[in-house]
Amino acid sequence: MSSYTYRRYEYRKPAELDGASERRPVVIVGAGMAGPTLALALAQRGVASVILDEDDTVSLGSRSICQAKHSLEIWDRFGVASRMVEKGITWEQGELYLHDKPVFRFNLQPEPGHKFPAFVNLQQYYVEEYLYERCLAEPLVEMRFRNKVVGITPGGEGVAVDVETPDGRYTLAADWLVACDGVRSTVRHLMDLPYPGEVFHDRFLIADIRLLSELPKERRFWFYPPFHPTNSVLLHRQADNVLRVDFQLGRDADPEEEKKPENIDRRLRQMFGPEARWEHEWTSVYTFTCRMMERFVHDRVIFAGDAAHVVSPFGARGGNAAIADVDNLAWKLAMVLRKTAPVALLDSYCSERRAAAEENILNSTRSTDFITPRFPASRAFRDATLSLARDFPFARAMINSGRLSVPTGQRGSPLDTPDGDADWSRGPAPGCAMLDAPIGREAGSWLIDRLGPGFTVLAFAETDMSLGDLPSGVARVCITGDGLARQRYDGRPGTTYLIRPDRYVAARWRRFDGAAIAAAVRRATGNG
Amino acid sequence: MADITTGALRRTLNLARPDDVYNAIVDAHRDLDDEQCRAFDARLILLLANHIGDEDVLCEALAAARQTLEDA
Repeated sequence: MSSYTYRRYEYRKPAELDGASERRPVVIVGAGMAGPTLALALAQRGVASVILDEDDTVSLGSRSICQAKHSLEIWDRFGVASRMVEKGITWEQGELYLHDKPVFRFNLQPEPGHKFPAFVNLQQYYVEEYLYERCLAEPLVEMRFRNKVVGITPGGEGVAVDVETPDGRYTLAADWLVACDGVRSTVRHLMDLPYPGEVFHDRFLIADIRLLSELPKERRFWFYPPFHPTNSVLLHRQADNVLRVDFQLGRDADPEEEKKPENIDRRLRQMFGPEARWEHEWTSVYTFTCRMMERFVHDRVIFAGDAAHVVSPFGARGGNAAIADVDNLAWKLAMVLRKTAPVALLDSYCSERRAAAEENILNSTRSTDFITPRFPASRAFRDATLSLARDFPFARAMINSGRLSVPTGQRGSPLDTPDGDADWSRGPAPGCAMLDAPIGREAGSWLIDRLGPGFTVLAFAETDMSLGDLPSGVARVCITGDGLARQRYDGRPGTTYLIRPDRYVAARWRRFDGAAIAAAVRRATGNG
Repeated sequence: MADITTGALRRTLNLARPDDVYNAIVDAHRDLDDEQCRAFDARLILLLANHIGDEDVLCEALAAARQTLEDA
């Protein structure tokens, strides 16, 4: 059924079953997108981890497809992002249809001058495959397939994990356990932690098909099309000429009936015309929920990604938020393990990523309410917006078929130093993600490539200057000249930014001040 | 109702010919059934909201409309 070949990753008998009892600094549960990303981010900081996964292959079927710029920038640090961009589909144009007519086209890539595009469409199984390969080549990461977590015993200074394998059970002792095991998190269930939220009742049908002819690289969104007149249809292109067609079915649809191949084919035939030929890759009928845990950190057990929060698929905020979670966590956990930061630094992981999850839930719920209005007046306004859009451009901005997933702000985090200078006209404020820009005279030279694995001071100056004394481990980047970087950072000479290891702005000043930088680093590491 | 001198929303007359405007709005709904009225009003509200362009005014108007509905 699928054009993707699912290879089996090798199970090896864990050393613990032969009597080993080495305590591990970090055990990661789940080898989806988040788990391996966390392991690689920890490895870059010298921290070893073990990934436990109950399965021995990558994600099955149609799951995350829109890999956002911020995620690509994170994966680029492990050298796997360019491969994803090459394999995936970079898309910019989209077109929205009402009934049988195009209403308007949109461009999601308005700004040049970034190393990575706003989005690449790539099936989750490829993302995981590339991450697995990188993990398997990394000495500080051990991947254990067919290792199913069956028990969690939290303790004050660590956690014991009971694991079931084809060769029997063993117990793994860890300083920290990170649950990246998805929306149905085994760890969360074993710890009997609640997962409060909202259930949405609309059903959607996903049909991933491989079209045997070339297609435009654009996203298409139909409301009330002739081939599905009562609801909406979304079309995405993915690698290998695979298309995801997402039919909104409504609340009362019969999933078994809708899933029948002849019923799917009938819809697709009306959609693509009599000449089209396709093969089915994957079919499912889904509903979704928006949920979030009260706390993401429970003593030595930390939750990330879908295990901690889950949103509707509109806006690509599931997988991308999971990657941002583990990037936020990795540097903090590494510092805590090295004892260069207090354990309390991890409280900021919870507060910052909960704020991000709230923003993602708000955005995806708004998209959901637009796509599936929940009461009659809501539908009346949605339809009014659609019908105004062709002649009144303002209404196009209100059409919410999923907003572009951009890094969420974490304004007001206790780690950030609020602005002291008042004369900022633009530039990322403390709590915002840093912005990439081309730097230097050579093409292909990007700001994100110049940042260190730890904190980085980004200074704007007339001429290249040495930046006095910086706290140990803080990298420096000095930018001269009138480039895009200077514009994006409102970077008149003297302007100095402190960038966190997860590439958020921690502080900024109008003049270079070594003592202020040192204080901001202490504050951003919980040592203030 | 709050003090009429505060807030962003104008509460005193701002139309030269209030009878004409009132009747123009009512007449535009003539012969529409309830569902069509709702569709018409939604379009009208969106057009006017964008034209007004002031979120404070709109929020105050929304609150006032809801409040007077609940008071009625």
